[in-house]
Amino acid sequence: MDLRKQIKEGLLTRNPAAVQLLGLCAALAVTTTLRGGLGMGLCVLMVLTLSDGIISALRLYIPAPIQRISGVLIMATLGAVGDLVVQAFFPGLTEELGLFLPLLGVICILLSRGGAFAWENPPAASLVDGVCQGVGYTLVLALVGTVRELLGRGCFGSGLLNGGRGIQIFSAQYVAGGMILPVGGFLTLACVVALVRAGAERAERPRKRKGAAKG
Amino acid sequence: MNERMTSLFGMALGVILVNNLVLSQLLGVGPFLEGSGSTRRAARMGAAMVLVMGLTAAVCWPLNEYLLAPNGLRHLESLVFLLVAALLVEGLELLGGKLFPTRWKGGEDTLALIANCAVMGVILQNVQNGYGFGESVVYAVAGGLGFLLVICLFASLRERLEFGNCPKAFRGFPIALVTAGLMALCFSGFSNLTLFG
Repeated sequence: MDLRKQIKEGLLTRNPAAVQLLGLCAALAVTTTLRGGLGMGLCVLMVLTLSDGIISALRLYIPAPIQRISGVLIMATLGAVGDLVVQAFFPGLTEELGLFLPLLGVICILLSRGGAFAWENPPAASLVDGVCQGVGYTLVLALVGTVRELLGRGCFGSGLLNGGRGIQIFSAQYVAGGMILPVGGFLTLACVVALVRAGAERAERPRKRKGAAKG
Repeated sequence: MNERMTSLFGMALGVILVNNLVLSQLLGVGPFLEGSGSTRRAARMGAAMVLVMGLTAAVCWPLNEYLLAPNGLRHLESLVFLLVAALLVEGLELLGGKLFPTRWKGGEDTLALIANCAVMGVILQNVQNGYGFGESVVYAVAGGLGFLLVICLFASLRERLEFGNCPKAFRGFPIALVTAGLMALCFSGFSNLTLFG
């Protein structure tokens, strides 16, 4: 198990949202504020890690033909559990995520491609993979949320900081209202994807050079 | 009856143009980007989406009405609907393989269709809005048609993008996302559309 490689893959070279382009519906819809992006990302992180662990622990006992449907079942169950937990303890977040909270299980199935990694690896590696992928996804969502909230509402961390009011950076008179519409989501995400891809390419480069020198 | 038809038509047109699944509700952006490599593939993806959405809505409505709601099991709805969608897609795969063994090219898109925010989102909306059977199916099929329209338009735009000379980091998906954003801006022009006074 190569911890450093897995972390690098989760955050940069195989980042689920920015490089593999998975789970983008949520990445666009709930990221009008930092709280929405961060909240969704953390929910996905928890559900993804747990379901990767469970799938990986059960992988030797489930025959191959029913693997796909069992993966769907496990992730959907944990997604429903996560949905209920958030509804019970975080009413504000529930309101903000709206339709995308019950879709938590679906998003996790998408992100892990039905648990593709966990079906082939031992539990410890799968747990680490779940955490890395989840953190990579959370970071992208939080970044998109921060940018859109700053430009679209002129404040930072509403619902989280300063007693829920957030820190007003500039007056609400001068905001670009389009940034909290779908348009702003697409444009911001495009910039973030380009940024992460440039980072991923830079992270890949030294290894390629070494390979070329050896070859 | 006539009034009912009019309201159904209005709802369908609304979900195709005004509240378009991809561009306004942001459901199903993943298959929208992945399936739009070529116009042909986009049309196939869109048609499959219409079929799966209509069928899933038709199966899930009675399940919810007669099994989940009377027994106080509404909290299980997302789980049950997801399983129904998964089983339906697997069934369609088998059926398609049997009926058209030579022309069937399933497999690649299966997971995209099972685990699809668009399908599940539409069905959850049907339940949340308390639609009847007819409304549910019309809403789902019209949502699928809206997806088909947008993905075909987007695929033909992306074919032009291949020749553009944009910054290296933006090539491929990022510039496609920008294009989708501009399309969303265009479609937001429909938001003042009023139907039948």
